[in-house]
Amino acid sequence: MSALIKFLKKVEPDKKKSPFLHTLYDAVFTLVYTPDHVTKGGVHIRDGMDLKRTMVMVVIALQLCYVFGTWNIGQQHFAALGLYPGVFDGLHLKLIHGLIKVLPIFIVTHVVGLGIEIWYASKKGHGVEEGFLVTGALIPLIMPPDIPLWILAIAVGFATWIGKEAFGGTGRNIWNIALLARVFVFFAYPTEISGDQVWVSGLDAAAAGAGVDYGWFHLSFFNGIFDSLGWATFDPSATVIDGFTGATPLGLAYSGGWEAVTHVYSVDQMWWGDIPGSIGETAKPLILIGAVFLILIGIGSWRIMLSMFIGAAVMGLIFNGWGATPFMQVPWYYQFYMGSFFFAMAFMATDPVTAAGTNRGKWIYGLMIGALGLLIRVSNPAYPEGWMLAILFMNMFAPLIDHYVLEANMKKRLNRA
Amino acid sequence: MAEVMQESQPEVKVKEPLFGKAERKLLSDPINDNNPITVQILGVCSALAVTTLVYPSIIMAIAVIFVTAFSNLFTSMLRSTIPKSVRMIVQLVIIATLVTIVEQVLKAVNFPVYKQLSVFIGLIITNCIVMGRLEAFAMANKPWRSFLDGIGNGVGYGLILIIVAVFREVFGKGSLLAGSPLEMKIIGASDLYWVNTSTNPWFGWYMNNNMMVLSVAAMFILGILIWVQRSRNPKLIDIS
Repeated sequence: MSALIKFLKKVEPDKKKSPFLHTLYDAVFTLVYTPDHVTKGGVHIRDGMDLKRTMVMVVIALQLCYVFGTWNIGQQHFAALGLYPGVFDGLHLKLIHGLIKVLPIFIVTHVVGLGIEIWYASKKGHGVEEGFLVTGALIPLIMPPDIPLWILAIAVGFATWIGKEAFGGTGRNIWNIALLARVFVFFAYPTEISGDQVWVSGLDAAAAGAGVDYGWFHLSFFNGIFDSLGWATFDPSATVIDGFTGATPLGLAYSGGWEAVTHVYSVDQMWWGDIPGSIGETAKPLILIGAVFLILIGIGSWRIMLSMFIGAAVMGLIFNGWGATPFMQVPWYYQFYMGSFFFAMAFMATDPVTAAGTNRGKWIYGLMIGALGLLIRVSNPAYPEGWMLAILFMNMFAPLIDHYVLEANMKKRLNRA
Repeated sequence: MAEVMQESQPEVKVKEPLFGKAERKLLSDPINDNNPITVQILGVCSALAVTTLVYPSIIMAIAVIFVTAFSNLFTSMLRSTIPKSVRMIVQLVIIATLVTIVEQVLKAVNFPVYKQLSVFIGLIITNCIVMGRLEAFAMANKPWRSFLDGIGNGVGYGLILIIVAVFREVFGKGSLLAGSPLEMKIIGASDLYWVNTSTNPWFGWYMNNNMMVLSVAAMFILGILIWVQRSRNPKLIDIS
């Protein structure tokens, strides 16, 4: 290890001459070693759990979603073709197909986002604050697998530049940056992120009889490798099976209620995440593991998660009582099986920067997100999933909630005195 | 109104040049240093609403230039006879007359654009820039200077309108100056466009940005313009 630190010290660029390179260097250095600068003037206690460690913990909590998402892209792709129904059938094909979809998204997100971040850090003369590690890990998980990369690049650029740097950088943003990137795609290029066509990757169209859309990597590179190993290969002549529409559970529930959903997807399937959707949001158990991990190490707030669940459940019960449309009649507990509730709850709503800060504020914030998100999901045909809009909406009100919670507390204590 | 010019002039007979330094400043100041939209943040409502296309924005800009210039001129001419207690009403009558003229002329000359701009021509009456200039400048200055100030502010407003509209139209609709005789169709999915995305091998991926059609985009572009202007113009750096 000492060889590494010697090497790093040797290649350190000059801060004055090339600020951009130095910032880049600093980012790598602090990722490997604890920074050696200490606070000056006065006595301060610095926790080892600094910003960078916090961020890395969240990224670790997301890893299961990445692994499952990679597999699920392949699984959904081959399910549409009627091939390899079992979990481990054609595993190498599923994983490779998933990787071909996920890796470019991941790389583009980081190149664009980190590029803007490092450029601003070198301009402002401070170190890179790693805020982007979590954002960059979250953005690929909430995008559809077939998202065009140029749209992704614009969306990430917009979110990092307008959503974050314009407000002053890490920790000063009002809205959740990962969701801003998604909401940008949602409003700017709605055909790429909503409807039935986009959630299953690698098909010419999500309709019976459509062909597959394989590229050079599938057909020349990996097929060559698999051929030489004697494994199954990607079949360019495969076609989509009859009866496949690409509809997600939410789309089905909107048009036909719970019967229409269970007609296509079983409850187990939805719980374990074997359904089309954004890359990382489908596997509920794995997301819950991540959520428990975040709660245990004290980063995610259990108050927000619990209150968001309660809010959604109460709203679901109200809709059950009302029951005007098929979607409203879906039993409230089944609402959690569909869509991205758990992902939004565990990783989006609990973002410590944009969520409410006070304990009582967190309860209000979570309850409102839960209720509003389900309201949007059930009652608005244009927005089949509501958590993104609900969280962004409540992000805006988080400072207001905190303000009134503090005021109320001051009033209470003044009355007591 | 951040930068209100309250220049009370001593009533001394000094021959004022037609285009002296002060007059030129009246024209150039509102374009950058004291822009009604990006510095005074006035007239934002119409800037968000009419800027989806460039051509209606140009018409709107001309209409506003006309109204600010002549309402400034007439108010300044009447400034010593207007009683202080009813000055708002008198100013409004002048503005409303001019706006009605603009509205009728536009209806007669270019009906499609009139329909596109719909209520926003009528709403020039409530545009804060017009009333703001009357109160802040025309009530205290001579007619010629007030007239120049009106033109300057109208141009400053129109300039921002057109900049915002160019971005919104090019990225949102793939065209420029649509509806006008100079219509340019730049990029889109049919043969009418210069770059046909359905056949062109290089730009097949391109899609219009739907957000640019929503007025949200104007807000973003306006914000970015203000950001760029404040970081470039040393006079504006510590206003806020």
